[in-house]
Amino acid sequence: MIDTGKTLSLLKKTLDLSAADQTEVLFWANDLHLTRFANNYIHQNVSEKNASLSIRVILGKKIGSASTNLLDPTSIQNTVAKAIQIARNQRDNPHFKSLPSAEGKYASANTFDAETASFTPDQRAKIARKVIEVAKKGHLIASGALSTGVVQVAVVNSLGIQACQSFTRGALRIVSQASDEASGYAESFSAKMRQIDPEEMAHQAAEKCVKGAHPVDIAPGQYTVVLEPYAVGDMLEFLAYLGFGALAMQEGRSFMCGKLGQKITGENITIWDDGTSPQSMPLPFDFEGIPKQPITLLENGIAQAVVYDSYTAGREEGTVSTGHALPAPNTFGPVPLNLFMKNGNSGLGEMIESTERGIYVTRFHYTNPLEPIKAVITGMTRDGTFLIENGQIKNGVRNLRFTQSILEALSNVSLISQDTKLVPGLDDELGGTVVPALKIERFNFTGATAAA
Amino acid sequence: MRDLTSIALNLAKLKGASYADIRIVNQKQESLEVKNGSPEQIKYSESLGFGVRVIVDGAWGFASSSRLEKKEIERVTQLAVRIARASATAKIADVVLSPLEPVQANYKTPLVQDPFEVSITQKLDLLLKAEALLRKEQQVKVARGSMTAWKEEKTFASTEGSFIQQQILHCGAGIMATAVQDGDVQVRSYPNSFRGNFASNGYEFIESLQLTENAERVASEAVQLLSADRCLSEVTTVIIDGSQLALQVHESCGHPIELDRVFGTEASYAGTSFLTTDKLGNFKYGSPIVNIVADAITEGGLGTFGFDDEGVLAQRVQIVKDGIFVGYLTSRETAAKLGITSGGAMRADGWNRIPLIRMINVSLEPGDWGLEDMIADTDEGLYLETNKSWSIDEKRLNFQFGTEIAWEIKGGKRGRMLKNPTYTSITPQFWGSCDAIANRNYWKMWGTPNCGKGEPMQVMHTGHGASPARFRDIQVGVMK
Repeated sequence: MIDTGKTLSLLKKTLDLSAADQTEVLFWANDLHLTRFANNYIHQNVSEKNASLSIRVILGKKIGSASTNLLDPTSIQNTVAKAIQIARNQRDNPHFKSLPSAEGKYASANTFDAETASFTPDQRAKIARKVIEVAKKGHLIASGALSTGVVQVAVVNSLGIQACQSFTRGALRIVSQASDEASGYAESFSAKMRQIDPEEMAHQAAEKCVKGAHPVDIAPGQYTVVLEPYAVGDMLEFLAYLGFGALAMQEGRSFMCGKLGQKITGENITIWDDGTSPQSMPLPFDFEGIPKQPITLLENGIAQAVVYDSYTAGREEGTVSTGHALPAPNTFGPVPLNLFMKNGNSGLGEMIESTERGIYVTRFHYTNPLEPIKAVITGMTRDGTFLIENGQIKNGVRNLRFTQSILEALSNVSLISQDTKLVPGLDDELGGTVVPALKIERFNFTGATAAA
Repeated sequence: MRDLTSIALNLAKLKGASYADIRIVNQKQESLEVKNGSPEQIKYSESLGFGVRVIVDGAWGFASSSRLEKKEIERVTQLAVRIARASATAKIADVVLSPLEPVQANYKTPLVQDPFEVSITQKLDLLLKAEALLRKEQQVKVARGSMTAWKEEKTFASTEGSFIQQQILHCGAGIMATAVQDGDVQVRSYPNSFRGNFASNGYEFIESLQLTENAERVASEAVQLLSADRCLSEVTTVIIDGSQLALQVHESCGHPIELDRVFGTEASYAGTSFLTTDKLGNFKYGSPIVNIVADAITEGGLGTFGFDDEGVLAQRVQIVKDGIFVGYLTSRETAAKLGITSGGAMRADGWNRIPLIRMINVSLEPGDWGLEDMIADTDEGLYLETNKSWSIDEKRLNFQFGTEIAWEIKGGKRGRMLKNPTYTSITPQFWGSCDAIANRNYWKMWGTPNCGKGEPMQVMHTGHGASPARFRDIQVGVMK
């Protein structure tokens, strides 16, 4: 990985090439490796090394952007010229105020682990073999992916912004399958690969698969559900995608529109974003180089705030960026990448024991929004769906389709677990979501998978 | 280029590779987007690099880099070999590739005008004009227009002696009106949702879309939807327009015929497939009028090219014949397991990704109905148009789609507009209920530029030809 000094030097030299009124240079470099296994063997094993510059220039209120991964001086010069040429041919953007200026320092964060950065193909293969071995012992089939790597992000602009951070990430996903349609799941990721326990995860996935053997059909309808953190994280990801950003509010398409200060979920629900917390995968600054501010989005069910980048903040008097910009240019607006949901005092055991009849869901699959303004989503259950009867897991059930407003679901939460888990967020390489398990009443299942 | 490709191929062989290939790829992209009278973004990006794929000790290894220079090619080739040796420590059997004759060839997307040569001003003018027409309706709060072009220049060379150079160009555009009133939000898009329609073609394709000619109708429909009745929950007949049916083919046929999914290698992420190999040649996928083909040769399709990323010639494969499932999308490795040759469906979304089995142009062949005749022949049902949401299970059986708009059909006539329509079914039941497909006059190629698959994620451009078709006894309006 390129050292911070070299990266910032390259970015400053790029800034010097621009004659625009304002210029921003975003650098993204990665050295990523991924080993995939299925049917109890490694079938795909890949490596990628890349580095690119994205240049945003401002001429008055005209904006042009160009990016390249050709980092020789001539190519960089050409890319700056291309961005300026685009800006010259642009129309004024009346909503644009300015690129952000340097105000305050971003928090230091421990995001790099040398051991994870230098993980070898042999080390990844060894872990894959361990996972496969556990599956074989249980006469099961293991599939999954193990990735390790480094990402470096740096931003400078002509108003004094200067930020650079390197991140490592190790991630392991395991699906354990039996021949009769049953499957189990385990997923974990961390900045430090040694914090992931592949064997323990392999046993979790296998145990769930065995427990779900001979799945039965169950009629769609309203059920009490116990959702593992994977499924809860999926719901939060969609809240972030659909409505926790300022642009969605400004365009009138967020479920938060006109609801700030009002109750939109149950009182037991509090959600916030904190890119500085070591509990998540910290992102101390955003893609404009602005320090991340912890933001409470929902407190005791009351809608509190959305997140801003410099552009959306510029459109509202008295508002400043909260440090949630995505790489420019983007039409999506700012999003929270480090969501947290407040934990409770229950546990999965109590949730199951207190359920007379319900469905236990490990995770969702292929979830998509149906009515964004009401946060209605649809998707399938996957890799561990069980019928709960009389306080016990009775048997596995074939996957079910749900169609459900997330806000309505979060208004019907009866128990929240004390334990939380870090699960993937909106971005695969940066950030993450920290969530508990939930017990939810009256969850809508609208279809079921037929036997294959 | 040959001097660069030979560095990797010679070194791979020297290090013990039984097979190796290298792809050198340069991709350019230009995107324009306007919103509410202002340019939202114009961006240009370029990415150059190479990827080396090897088989060593009977297992795959792949490594890639953005630094296209001799020393880096050597480093990356050696890394690919090292990775393959690691893969071989967890193999069940050696990789076997179906046979392929080496090829020396060139291919270029046929086109009249390169969109990268058209001035930004001209492109902006077209988008701003169409977008302004959307805002003639006061309740349209967000009006958007967008245009994207991609150019890919790639060189493929293999240790079997192939050397292929291709230049592939894709482009497209679209407009979208978002109407808002009293907490309701309704969207209409043209010519399709999710940024429009796309083709392997030049700027002439964008000009043919007639964005300005359709803008006022689209805006008016978005506003009308605000006061339209909600789609009821019932079992009824549906006639689905070509653009939505193209996505239906994509999700419920295109993905389950990917032979890597069938063999389980996507199990942990995208999922598997209900179309297992025991069903090949005997499974009733749809009614006898349903015929589906996969091809990389239809002019204008986003799955159209000269050769796939294993150097296999573009071809046409029958997938469903008279309702019976008869074919797969294949790679050299998966085809060998079935004892056939590759159908040429291996595609990578860039230099830094390994080729996977991806859709090419997977299309529903036209039937013999006129659309008006089909509607006139329908006593009761819904006409559904333009995708709004999609979801399907990991075996590609249980799906649910939402469309932007529906019209009630009563007594053979299209009647009142309905909002928030959805429909859901099980794949073979759904296609089995198809009793009418519109003829070639209504058949059109639709481009899907956002198909995701694989780890690391790869976004592929796929084509889907379809004309409107009718399906009986379908559950609609799942939300009460």
